[in-house]
Amino acid sequence: MDIEKRIQELRDRLKYILDIFGPDENANVAMLEAKLGEYVAREPGLPKQEAIRQLETLEELFRFLEKKLERELTPMNKVRIVRHPQRICLKDILENVYDNYTEIGGQDDYSIDPSMLIARAYITRRRGKKVHNQAVMVIGQEKGHGQEFRNGGSVKPWGNAKALHYMKVAETENIPIHTYIFTPGSYPIEDYPGAAQQIAKNLYEMAGLKVPIVAVISEGGSGGAEAIGLADTRIMMSHGYYSVISPEGAAAIEGRLRGGQRADTKLIEHCAKQLKITADDNRANGYIDWKINEPELGARPEHYDFFRKLRKSVISSTDEIVLNVSGLRLFRSIALKRHKGADVYVRWSLNTRAKERLLWTRYMKFRRMAQHAYLDKRHWFNRGSEWTSELFSSLYSYFRYDLFGKQHKKVTELAEDVHAEMQVVVGRSTKLWNAITSRLSFGKGKKDVDKAGLTSLSVWDDGAQNSGKWQYVSPQAKLDRAVPCPNTAVHGCLDQWAPDLFGEWAGVCSFCGHHFPMEYQWYLHNIFDPGSIYELFTEIESTNPLKFEGFDLKLDEAKRKTGHKCGCMTFEARIEGTTVMVAMFMGAFRGGSVGAAEGEKFIRAMERARKKQLPFLSYVHGTAGIRIQEGVNGVIQMPRCTLAVRRYTEAGGLYLVLYDTNSYAGPVASFLGCSPYQFAVRSANIGFAGPGVIKETTGLDIPPNYHNAYQALSRGHIQGIWDRREIRGNLVQSLQTMGGRNLYYR
Amino acid sequence: MIDVKELLRELREEPYEKIVIRAPHSGKVEFVASEPGVRVVGPGGTWKEVPGTLLARLEREQVKRPIHAPQKGEVMSLGDVRNGQFVQAGQELMTIRHFLTKEEVIARILRRSLSLFLAPEKGKYYFFPEVDIKIKTKGSQTVHVEDGMELFILSRMKRETSVRYTGPGGIIYAVYFETNDSVDRDAPLIGVCPESQLGQIQEVVSRIQSEWEERD
Repeated sequence: MDIEKRIQELRDRLKYILDIFGPDENANVAMLEAKLGEYVAREPGLPKQEAIRQLETLEELFRFLEKKLERELTPMNKVRIVRHPQRICLKDILENVYDNYTEIGGQDDYSIDPSMLIARAYITRRRGKKVHNQAVMVIGQEKGHGQEFRNGGSVKPWGNAKALHYMKVAETENIPIHTYIFTPGSYPIEDYPGAAQQIAKNLYEMAGLKVPIVAVISEGGSGGAEAIGLADTRIMMSHGYYSVISPEGAAAIEGRLRGGQRADTKLIEHCAKQLKITADDNRANGYIDWKINEPELGARPEHYDFFRKLRKSVISSTDEIVLNVSGLRLFRSIALKRHKGADVYVRWSLNTRAKERLLWTRYMKFRRMAQHAYLDKRHWFNRGSEWTSELFSSLYSYFRYDLFGKQHKKVTELAEDVHAEMQVVVGRSTKLWNAITSRLSFGKGKKDVDKAGLTSLSVWDDGAQNSGKWQYVSPQAKLDRAVPCPNTAVHGCLDQWAPDLFGEWAGVCSFCGHHFPMEYQWYLHNIFDPGSIYELFTEIESTNPLKFEGFDLKLDEAKRKTGHKCGCMTFEARIEGTTVMVAMFMGAFRGGSVGAAEGEKFIRAMERARKKQLPFLSYVHGTAGIRIQEGVNGVIQMPRCTLAVRRYTEAGGLYLVLYDTNSYAGPVASFLGCSPYQFAVRSANIGFAGPGVIKETTGLDIPPNYHNAYQALSRGHIQGIWDRREIRGNLVQSLQTMGGRNLYYR
Repeated sequence: MIDVKELLRELREEPYEKIVIRAPHSGKVEFVASEPGVRVVGPGGTWKEVPGTLLARLEREQVKRPIHAPQKGEVMSLGDVRNGQFVQAGQELMTIRHFLTKEEVIARILRRSLSLFLAPEKGKYYFFPEVDIKIKTKGSQTVHVEDGMELFILSRMKRETSVRYTGPGGIIYAVYFETNDSVDRDAPLIGVCPESQLGQIQEVVSRIQSEWEERD
């Protein structure tokens, strides 16, 4: 009986190995298979003692070869490990890492989203005779060892909303948050609160959450991971992966596959290698703080030593975060730095000053990331002069807005109050006098009525629509051809002549109002005051940080075609005399995808706008998402840029987002979607994943207008839809009526 | 009075619907389905978002506009137009023959022989209690309705109001709504036919159900 059990255990181990190494031929795996098969055939005829001896030899062989196979693991093997049903899951962690826990926000399938698990947990620490129970909010995706209702850890928008709710509860209760990332990616549907918009909200709130956050990554799939991944310390399990896209998704894009076609396994393997998704790669790139070593071939629920190690890691990480921002820390800090998991006691609640320091440390941590992933070819002299100019600008900003501005504001407010008080007293006493004088004047003071204004006809498109006279005319207007409207079948629109359509009518169908895509230059010339654009950070250039095969050529081609060094153009410009900072994402440059250079430019522009108290406009001419060829260098821009947005808006700025053409994925799910003022140009599409990806991942059929701006408006994702010809007027209105307290022109 | 038998005979003689495909505007036509007998399908997908079979392309001012099949069937005949010829708007390009299904035949007969009473506004509809009891116990075809008769109760947003039947008198042949389901405005509520035609209609419908041969 004992022998049978041990044989079964070996069979299970072999099956696990076969699952991990997949279809690849491997001599060691083949040997294990053959040896086990031989033993099973031979065993009934053997004397018991001999059978046990041979079994022990076989078990030793398994141990030896598992160690050998561990060294051979490829990135794709690691992907298979984290996806395996035997992989540890969050419930195992709650059982083995924490001393006590209560699951909240749902139980198993009785939950608003069973793939998001929340628990109030306790860690009990004994110091001498004293026992400390330290409370933690544990939040993470639950894969549940293959339980179908968990959706494989793919969290729906309302699951992420639940996570955010309990993060805020943790903030109220002043307890740290431990997040565990076990997700292949977010569930890509747009139903309220919407996949992209909810991830953006989570990132925005996490950027300002005043409690320590520790994130542990096992399977970090892009946006889904970021929804709970913006943390003060990011730990990664050695066999986990953290990536911008699944290797299969990357292979489908690289192989230009459509309509659910499967990519070749070799291409998938190749993409997994190129994307640099393993813990070592991410450690080398600086996107995780450290990795926890797992047992051979990955941690499974029976590996209790691993849980002990994980417990030490999360405790010491939380201690470190708290000590870094607390007052008294000298010896404990040294002890923790010298030895991870050192036996020290740290109280995890923070005081007000420590909270402020925590937020600043978090901001700087992400601000320093991805510096190697873009090119900055400025000469040292230019760098020096720009640094000096920045310094002067900061000093000016301090004197102008902080020192003088605050006093000025106080005086103005006082004057307003005094004036209002005076009005009450003076108004009453002059009321009678005014009544007498107005009777005595016998209508002398009546103003002349503008008769012409009342009697002549008004022109409907005068002013806002520029009477069809535009500063920039699209090259599409030079073609002598008729253009059919895509809504002909519905609205019966007639074909329109290209010079009319793209010239005078600004690319707007005169029958149904459909907006044909226009070049970004049209907006530059027709929205902002002529000659007011002053481009910034032009030296920052996109590069190929992962040395992704063939990407250098594609990048060079994009640079040559557009004349820009990356897909984001940052500039200061004026609209009716008001200076605005603008970050424009150009669809023409690699589909408007966002990489390290684009993120860096965006953050610098945000910082400049904060210092100069300028309103900030993100004009998205088009973005396909995060640039997959840059891997995590791209995806890390989601938290980085969102932190910059949070810092800017908290400083009292106005952050406006205007979507045009198509805007999808990562950028919408972070620094664009977190704006409280998002608008779309008519006929724009906004969403998280395209219809093909939704169909592929969820199996749901998507209606043809699923991502249309009007759908986004009715779901509450955006706040309005603008006609292209009225953008300038609408922007002027927004600048005057929206935003925070610290705008220079207010 | 409608001659139901004559209608059925017409349908048997021509068990299909002819759909004439005309040029939506002037232009040079390029046929894709260029021979009679070619099988075509209509728009598909959950939201009919997948267009039907491409029948022809019409080119005007360097713009080629596709013409798709609006219904399932086969190309019956081509119009008097050659491939590559310039056609005027409205000119006949081809005719598609759509073979009628049992449901379509029954719907046609009922549309011609019944008088439909449409929902005047969106809401939940109920029969008046005495009518409701009669329908539940003896069936709808025992209820006689007259113009101006109080027949329905409309319930919407905590408001209940009575609705009078308007139309020719007769018996309720069919009820098209379910109790507790919200009915859209202008959706049919009941179909009414003269009492004298009831037997005839019932007979024709049952014959169609049993005898009509559907062609794909």
